[in-house]
Amino acid sequence: MKLNLKIWRQSDASASGKLVDYKVDINPEMSFLEMLDVLNEELARKGEDPVAFDHDCREGICGACSLYINGRPHGPMQTTTCQLHMRHFKDGETIIIEPWRAAAFPLLKDLVVDRSAFDRINHAGGFVSVNTGSAPDANEILIPKTESDEAFNSAACIGCGACVAACKNASAMLFVSAKISHLALLPQGQPERERRAENMVAQMDAEGFGACTNTGACSIECPKGISMSNIALMNRDFIFASLTSKPELKVSEGA
Amino acid sequence: MKLDSKIPEGPLAEKWTKHKFNLKLVNPANKRKYTIIVVGTGLAGAAAAASLAELGYNVKAFSFHDSPRRAHSIAAQGGINAAKNYQNDGDSVYRLFYDTIKGGDYRAREANVYRLAEVSVNIIDQAVAQGVPFAREYGGTLANRSFGGAQVSRTFYARGQTGQQLLLGAYSALNRQIASGKVTMYTRTEMLDVVTVDGKARGIVTRNLVTGKIESHAGDAVLLCTGGYGNVFFLSTNAMNSNVTAAWRAHKKGALFSNPCYTQIHPTCIPVSGDYQSKLTLMSESLRNDGRVWVPKKVGDNRPPDQIPEDERDYYLERRYRSFGNLVPRDVASRNAKMVCDEGRGVGPTKLAVYLDFADAIKRDGEQKISEKYGNLFDMYEKITGENPYKMPMRIYPAVHYTMGGLWVDYNLMTNIPGLYALGEANFSDHGANRLGASALMQGLADGYFVIPYTIGDYLAGMNPSTDKVSVDHPEFKKAEQEVMDMTKKLLSINGTKTVDDLHKELGKVMWEYCGMARNAEGLKIAKQKIKEIKADFWKNVRVLGKNEELNQSLEKAHRVADFIELGELMVDDALARNESCGGHFREEYQSEDGEAERDDEHYAYVSCWEYKGPGQEEELHKEELIFENVKLTKRSYK
Repeated sequence: MKLNLKIWRQSDASASGKLVDYKVDINPEMSFLEMLDVLNEELARKGEDPVAFDHDCREGICGACSLYINGRPHGPMQTTTCQLHMRHFKDGETIIIEPWRAAAFPLLKDLVVDRSAFDRINHAGGFVSVNTGSAPDANEILIPKTESDEAFNSAACIGCGACVAACKNASAMLFVSAKISHLALLPQGQPERERRAENMVAQMDAEGFGACTNTGACSIECPKGISMSNIALMNRDFIFASLTSKPELKVSEGA
Repeated sequence: MKLDSKIPEGPLAEKWTKHKFNLKLVNPANKRKYTIIVVGTGLAGAAAAASLAELGYNVKAFSFHDSPRRAHSIAAQGGINAAKNYQNDGDSVYRLFYDTIKGGDYRAREANVYRLAEVSVNIIDQAVAQGVPFAREYGGTLANRSFGGAQVSRTFYARGQTGQQLLLGAYSALNRQIASGKVTMYTRTEMLDVVTVDGKARGIVTRNLVTGKIESHAGDAVLLCTGGYGNVFFLSTNAMNSNVTAAWRAHKKGALFSNPCYTQIHPTCIPVSGDYQSKLTLMSESLRNDGRVWVPKKVGDNRPPDQIPEDERDYYLERRYRSFGNLVPRDVASRNAKMVCDEGRGVGPTKLAVYLDFADAIKRDGEQKISEKYGNLFDMYEKITGENPYKMPMRIYPAVHYTMGGLWVDYNLMTNIPGLYALGEANFSDHGANRLGASALMQGLADGYFVIPYTIGDYLAGMNPSTDKVSVDHPEFKKAEQEVMDMTKKLLSINGTKTVDDLHKELGKVMWEYCGMARNAEGLKIAKQKIKEIKADFWKNVRVLGKNEELNQSLEKAHRVADFIELGELMVDDALARNESCGGHFREEYQSEDGEAERDDEHYAYVSCWEYKGPGQEEELHKEELIFENVKLTKRSYK
């Protein structure tokens, strides 16, 4: 099948970018990224700079791939770009490929953006403070299957950033709430629950992500189907935390 | 060269406990005076970095990804083994040890494998405490399933995304230490050389993948947690960026490379469909719990699967291996799939596939139950192939998946270069010639959480943290930086006619054809010649565009493929030197009449340890004899 591509090219963060036209002739069984591989091989042979894009596992789990395809993050299907196959496009179609666009995800080159803001939000509290070696037996704390399954659903987030890309405000609420809910739903997450919500939300704001207006585009476009109900749970924890937050007690450790 | 594996004396079950007591300790106030460099932050690296920082060491951690959460550990599907015996089905540390030694075809060290089984139980505790949402029963306890090569249910899982959840657990522990300031994290930074000073590992040279800047980092020890080398085959289930460069450059600095020919071909992958293909996708082995593997009895039977009646199907694994059936270990399942396809009984358009059929399981348990267990895998299969596995049997074929070989390490996980360690898939130590399913996650985390935190102190305690410092101004760092820059310059200046991928694909084809699922001396000799030609072609005709001082993905790949080519040569040498069949290494000359692998324990019960001798030189083979005091070497039978 023959396709017309319009791809965002930008040599580095400070350069100005533009959409550049390319034509490819490919097999409809290819994945979207394999289609870009074909283009890049052709470009390299002609001595032109290949298109830079992030990708790694190509199994839909690492979260490295991104791409705004015809105005939708990860394209027309609810999946990651690496799991999107060309059979979902029509012969002769024009496909516009852009990077994620959000102030908190600065562009590095072509279709590659810097998503380290997500890591920094996790540094602020996306963990249970348990040192290696100090864990009790795994079956000591029973967790009802339904709660554990719910926690899993939130923990399934792959950190790709499609939620931010989909949001008109570039809000990261779905991403942040998925981590907060995952740990809030489990007994192990309880001791730090409120502090976690406060700290992660504060870091999210500091990174320059926008506010949430409950449009729901994030959840619709999420390749892992992370639910909006996570945001409700996060808001609850955040409000509870801000109402009940206490100054840290100073305790003498003794001799 | 004298190889000291440092295996402790005493009865098997007491070795690790005694060893831990005998290891020197670094007192808490002194730990902060040491800096440890951790390269790679997947399961092994993130677990090690976090655990060492918790102890008080300063850690500098490096990943070529944009975030540690992208490491390929994330793609492990099926589960993680642990000898918890929660199912009351007769499991024990000894049984997990025994299954792993036997599964590895008696080519692993007893002491290492026993330790692995011993700490497996702590890993589950640790992961649960971090909030890893393992599958549970209605009563709230943890659920288990069975995996290939075992007759007990000891595999813990989180749907088909166990690797993801365990990696995110280790990532969260790492994040906590980054926040505390004990770990400095360098993302999008690739290690391109190890620096040794007076024979000890003292640091690394890296390239910033965004700016191209070549930099040095000094420390008191270097941990390579950089995964396996399956991408030498171009097509594998590894992630696109997985590579051997860190391990290979360490090898060229003197670290021995062990058992490179032991590669695991995973039996249940989605078959290759065309030359454009960039990678292969694994379908978890757990599917073999409920799926039945079959091909038509007749050669050239082109009927669709639902029109082939029951008595014209050959459930060849169930037929040949009565006690393990569809759950035989990976090497056995893969080889059998190849055999039936070689007989002309393969299915699908390429005839290089067998069926994995869930019809009976769906009839027995209902579609909902099957979907709960394998839903995401079925979805993935449908997305890639466009076929619905609830209605039609899956088509599967073996693909390169894991590499048991790697850097030689002693019982303390230290390579033969003092201060240089290798953890996880990057080392050779625990899986012998074949890894059992759900054991990779176990080993990566065992090394990172529960082995290195103890063993590294023994080395560091022998150094004076104040007087033994080396700075990045040392001439050895400058020399290594210069070498990296020279190689980069050379790659960029060739400006030939072939892309890096062209050459990588050529290499992959040779490796798969002659050094893949089955090998023979004649083919390996051809491969050796062909790889030499590819190497010459690479350095004459490769085309790498752009410059160093930018985000340049072709340049990244070129560095990696240059190393894969050299590794390919060594794999062939290793396969040629091992005149026996064992585990993932199947030499066609050494098989029984019914096609089973034939080991030669008298001559080959050793670990091959290859020493680099300089560019263009043949490598020298050293041997670490394997001593079995507890298990009797028998023909591995799953019948």
